[in-house]
Amino acid sequence: MLDTKKNEGQQRLIHETAVKPFSRRKFLGIIGAGSAIMATASACKKDDNNNNNGGVDLGSGDTGILNYAYALEQLEAAFYTQVIMTPYSGISALETEYLTDIRNHEVAHREFFKAAIGASAIVALEVDFSSIDFTSRDSVLGTAKAFEDLGVTAYNGAGQLISATTNGAVYLTLAGKIVSVEARHAALIADLISNGTFANTVDGNGLDGARTPSEVLAIAGTYIKTKINASNLPS
Amino acid sequence: MNLQNIISEIEKTDPEVYDRLDTRRSAMKKFANVSGKVALASIPFALGSMFKTAYGQSTSTVNDVLNFALTLEYLEAEFYNNIVGSAGYLTASAPAQMALTKIRDDENKHVAFLKSVLGTAAIAKPTFDFTAGSGTGTGPFAGYLANYAVQLAMAQTFEDTGVRAYKGQATALQSNRTVLTAALEIHSVEARHAAHIRQMRRALNAAIPSGQVVKPWITLNESGIDFTPANSAIQKSYNGEDVTSQAGANVVGIGGNAYIDAAAASAAFDEPLTTQEVLDIVTPFFG
Repeated sequence: MLDTKKNEGQQRLIHETAVKPFSRRKFLGIIGAGSAIMATASACKKDDNNNNNGGVDLGSGDTGILNYAYALEQLEAAFYTQVIMTPYSGISALETEYLTDIRNHEVAHREFFKAAIGASAIVALEVDFSSIDFTSRDSVLGTAKAFEDLGVTAYNGAGQLISATTNGAVYLTLAGKIVSVEARHAALIADLISNGTFANTVDGNGLDGARTPSEVLAIAGTYIKTKINASNLPS
Repeated sequence: MNLQNIISEIEKTDPEVYDRLDTRRSAMKKFANVSGKVALASIPFALGSMFKTAYGQSTSTVNDVLNFALTLEYLEAEFYNNIVGSAGYLTASAPAQMALTKIRDDENKHVAFLKSVLGTAAIAKPTFDFTAGSGTGTGPFAGYLANYAVQLAMAQTFEDTGVRAYKGQATALQSNRTVLTAALEIHSVEARHAAHIRQMRRALNAAIPSGQVVKPWITLNESGIDFTPANSAIQKSYNGEDVTSQAGANVVGIGGNAYIDAAAASAAFDEPLTTQEVLDIVTPFFG
């Protein structure tokens, strides 16, 4: 299941341990049918983003959206894995508890998507955290807030790109199960930075915000070395 | 979201979109030039209903879901309107009071937003009984106005229930992308509120069952609340949250990561509630 062996260090970061095989027949049955439907449906759709850069292709249809989520979860999981491996100076017991929990959730999300997407899953992405000072609380929590808020807007924006099919409904519900946990993380991290700022992202209508994949990937790109091609995603 | 992009996307796959919208063509043009002066809340939905009319989709399901959401928002908004300034609230720290005021404001915005979306289809605000006494005023939460710990326990339950309720409605909104996105944008705000209330409860360290730790996320099916008169009612909001398998994949230890135990596997995913489950939870709060 380890798709690339280019960079052992990054592989270790992203996949702390070997992937254990387990039964995923049920889900693969669902997603296989979904991919077939969406491959047809999306054949006539073309994104107007200039993301056709020859990088790792997220794919089309619902599979593309799942790979998009998988890419973001890879980024978050790699980040928190590093945070826990090299805690910032002055980290409190409560912060360690919370950041460890978040690491566990993000790794669970990443591994879930990898298992769920199966053979259509994108490779493990190489991250670039050179702009982050992992010894600094401000740098780590600031990055965590950026990632969590980005994740929330990404899922909020991706929901409408999932097909209105039986399988799409399953994926939308799964995305919903994850996005509220990301929002819980986002609120906690914001509060760790400045207590009471848990919902400062909310606009005048009480809404949290949504971003398109191209908007999200433009921001996430700073931290992902691997080129990502999102040009076949639904729009 | 960028609404111009939505229109231009539709125009690509359906070049006749403007003709379909026909008599609304001038309205569409106006929309294209719209400035910040127009009530931004109403634009996406005016647009959404144009599309629905143009493509012959029924609005009834979408409106039903929106009214269901509005009902829950009425409940939350009135709850916070009641507790902010109450005797119990006045015993809280200044940051806690500010947080509750912020959440109250967000919930009132949700009410206003959903009402603006629904227009004349919006249901009226029901009468509530926050003692959960179905109008008797003598339910298990009687006295909540004077008891800050109970207020936070109720707030946590309402927020976590709201998160699960919106999640359960999402698939019913797939026919209307604009409405779906807005609903998701409310859903994540409810989750932010829940996360903060849970931190407030942990800091207060009151009405928490022994052996449970209240975190910003939901562990297994633990409510993290011990308020004897209402424990069984509160538990309904957490039943089914202890799922550790998603779409056929066992999340415990997934990918060979032994530290992903049942608690982590359950907390990593919030579970939806059905309409009926939500109604069972909130019905005692209607007068």
